[in-house]
Amino acid sequence: MSTEPNATGMKPLEAAEAEEAMREVLAGEGVADAASELAPGVPEPETLAEGQMEGDPAVAEPACNQDCKIITRHVNVFYGDKQAIFDVSLDIPDRAVMALIGPSGCGKSTFLRCLNRMNDIIDICRVEGDIRLEGVDIYSGEIDPVLLRARVGMVFQKPNPFPKSIYENVAYGPRIHGLAKDRTELDEIVETSLRKAALWDEVKDRLHAPGTGLSGGQQQRLCIARAIATRPEVILMDEPASALDPIATARIEELIDELKQNYCIVIVTHSMQQAARVSDRTAFFHLGRLVEEGPTEQVFTNPREKRTQDYITGRFG
Amino acid sequence: MLTITVLAIAVVAAAGFWLGYGPMRRMELLQEPGARTERLHSRPVYHGLFIAAWVGIPSLLLVVLWLMMQGSVLDWLLLNSLPADELARLSDDQKQVLLNEIRTLAQGNQLPGEPAAYVLEAAERLNRWRITAGWAMFVSALSLALAGMALARRRISRFFRARQAVERVMDGIMLACAGVAVFTTVGIIISLLFEALRFFAKVPVTEFLFGLRWEPQIAMRADQVAGSGAFGMIPVFTGTLLISAIALAISVPIGLLSAIYLVEYSSSRFRAFVKPLLEFLAGIPTVVYGFFAVLTVAPALKAFGEAIGLPVAPNSALAAGSVMGIMLIPFISSLSDDALAAVPMALREGSIGLGATKAETIRRVLVPAALPGIMAGVLLAASRAIGETMIVVMAAGIIATLTLNPFEAVTTVTVQIVSLLIGDTAFDNPKTLAAFALGLVLFLVTLGLNVLSMHIVKKYREQYD
Ligand SMILES: Nc1ncnc2c1ncn2[C@@H]1O[C@H](COP(=O)(O)OP(=O)(O)OP(=O)(O)O)[C@@H](O)[C@H]1O
Ligand SMILES: [Mg+2]
Repeated sequence: MSTEPNATGMKPLEAAEAEEAMREVLAGEGVADAASELAPGVPEPETLAEGQMEGDPAVAEPACNQDCKIITRHVNVFYGDKQAIFDVSLDIPDRAVMALIGPSGCGKSTFLRCLNRMNDIIDICRVEGDIRLEGVDIYSGEIDPVLLRARVGMVFQKPNPFPKSIYENVAYGPRIHGLAKDRTELDEIVETSLRKAALWDEVKDRLHAPGTGLSGGQQQRLCIARAIATRPEVILMDEPASALDPIATARIEELIDELKQNYCIVIVTHSMQQAARVSDRTAFFHLGRLVEEGPTEQVFTNPREKRTQDYITGRFG
Repeated sequence: MLTITVLAIAVVAAAGFWLGYGPMRRMELLQEPGARTERLHSRPVYHGLFIAAWVGIPSLLLVVLWLMMQGSVLDWLLLNSLPADELARLSDDQKQVLLNEIRTLAQGNQLPGEPAAYVLEAAERLNRWRITAGWAMFVSALSLALAGMALARRRISRFFRARQAVERVMDGIMLACAGVAVFTTVGIIISLLFEALRFFAKVPVTEFLFGLRWEPQIAMRADQVAGSGAFGMIPVFTGTLLISAIALAISVPIGLLSAIYLVEYSSSRFRAFVKPLLEFLAGIPTVVYGFFAVLTVAPALKAFGEAIGLPVAPNSALAAGSVMGIMLIPFISSLSDDALAAVPMALREGSIGLGATKAETIRRVLVPAALPGIMAGVLLAASRAIGETMIVVMAAGIIATLTLNPFEAVTTVTVQIVSLLIGDTAFDNPKTLAAFALGLVLFLVTLGLNVLSMHIVKKYREQYD
């Protein structure tokens, strides 16, 4: 998809979706029937928001003026009978940082995990809708989920280093995918990854000590190093800084700034300041729905939605 | 008398509980709900338990000690009460026999022949003393219980830290329970060691440890000089090792892989169905496995060997080992299953999230992380294999051949112990004593295995966890 210039400002897929959405809006129906059923009190603004975001370039500047790495359309996620994500359509630009914010339990992690099919390993989880990575539907047979996860790396909400040495933790991905020809190359990958994750100086003397023996914040940086050592194209970070002190957080934010030159980054965060500092675009989720998405500055200074405003100013959540 | 004593102690303990609980409860009800000062330090229950403990524990201990001592004290008294001239004629062994006779008579049984008058008299005296002793126990236990109650009652007050005191009593009880296990083990070792030393007095240690022939039957003959028979444990031991190795070679891969399948691949419904079924294997008595080995596996192996031109003994190590392997599967699968299931989901996600396949995740993350548990299962299985008797008695054989060929009949340490102890032989015969020496070695081997695996697990843990 990135090969095709954005002559119309919209991909064919997007245009079609947008049209459909507009039709539905005009017909007076909610974009998602489920949405209007489950939240009968607030279907109107939501429908509008969705419509604007997806189809009306005059109202909101669509994300995919730049080239979009990931496009999601009408994503619904169910855990058993319980729906966790309601009809989320979101475009994620390449070489930029997209922040997902929202109160606890609103489905940020769930949505993030759809992007590299991590939800596959949860038995009761079911994903509906269209999620495309560079135009290819990742839930179609065309993409091998194992290779997809190598391209779309993930840092989890809770640090989860393997019970192996620090070195082996970082070398895990490169070893599996054969990224290093020999030991020297592997050493190099490990060192650069640890440096990028701002952990090198603290662990360079004990690379063969267990990774589980590090402090919580160090473990989280180890997990970040582990994720970038695999050289993914997209990095999904689920609250990467929630266990870090301000200094380590600043380093991680620097890292994110640096990484976004080459990568597409999606970050979940509970810190408004952090979202404001590091992200280019921000998406606000509430109760499993995407309420508002736009350039970070606009979302923070001039949100279209009252709920967004309330959340950002700390009135709920 | 014993029953009455224990009941009496229980009654006093219950009374003691109320003596502590009642007044404190009334005091507790009187105190103001919000008051910080002047509150009871401990809830009334603890005061009650404190008194009950003081009543019950010392007096029960006294009863136990009393019962342990009573027999020998009475024996001593009895011997001293017998006519001195009669006693002087008896050796120590004969004295024991005489005491036995007196005890038998005292229980109202008849003796062959007519006992002497002083023996009958002694039996009567013993009966009288027993009744007296019973009452003495009752009285002293009860007074100790009452004294404990009185003492404990005096300490009870609003400020008394009954909660901590009860805690200390619990500590003591737990320590005592742990002590029982330790003392039993020590006792077993000492008795083994003692008998084994008697054996080594007759047969040199070096011959036992390094001898290549095991023919204990020879030493049974009365004209044989003890110790010149063949008591070399090497062939017996290789038999045990051979059969255990076969059993582990079968059970470890099957057990581990089935555990991995159940935890990582199967649906939860399948798992819920199959896991108990696998564990059911562990509940089958080993005799039944023995049947299976003798009646099914051994003939099948023999037929198979004949078909391909291999000489297979009717009782082969392979038959016993493979059936034992099946028996051991649940030990390994069950413990590995638990260990694998206990590995946090986050580790699986971490690995899958880096683009590893399921098999890579299992091999590189899950099995290493679960290794301590898996090792525990393997070790348990190995100990079972080494100590297993029934299957080998039935399926392996009784002749000690020094061989590593799994198609030949071998014998094992446990089988030899059983066959040495069957039959009427005196306990100072080297044949019988050899059983204890074998037992000692078996014990040392299992102990060594435990230590080794603990070491492996610890080393592994240091490296990774
Ligand atoms: N494995 C699961 N099984 C069942 N329900 C789940 C599971 N994971 C998440 N949920 C449910 O899905 C909803 C969204 O959860 P999610 O973890 O995506 O929230 P979140 O926005 O990441 O919250 P937080 O900020 O606290 O991490 C929640 O209601 C949660 O209870
Ligand atoms: Mg989350």
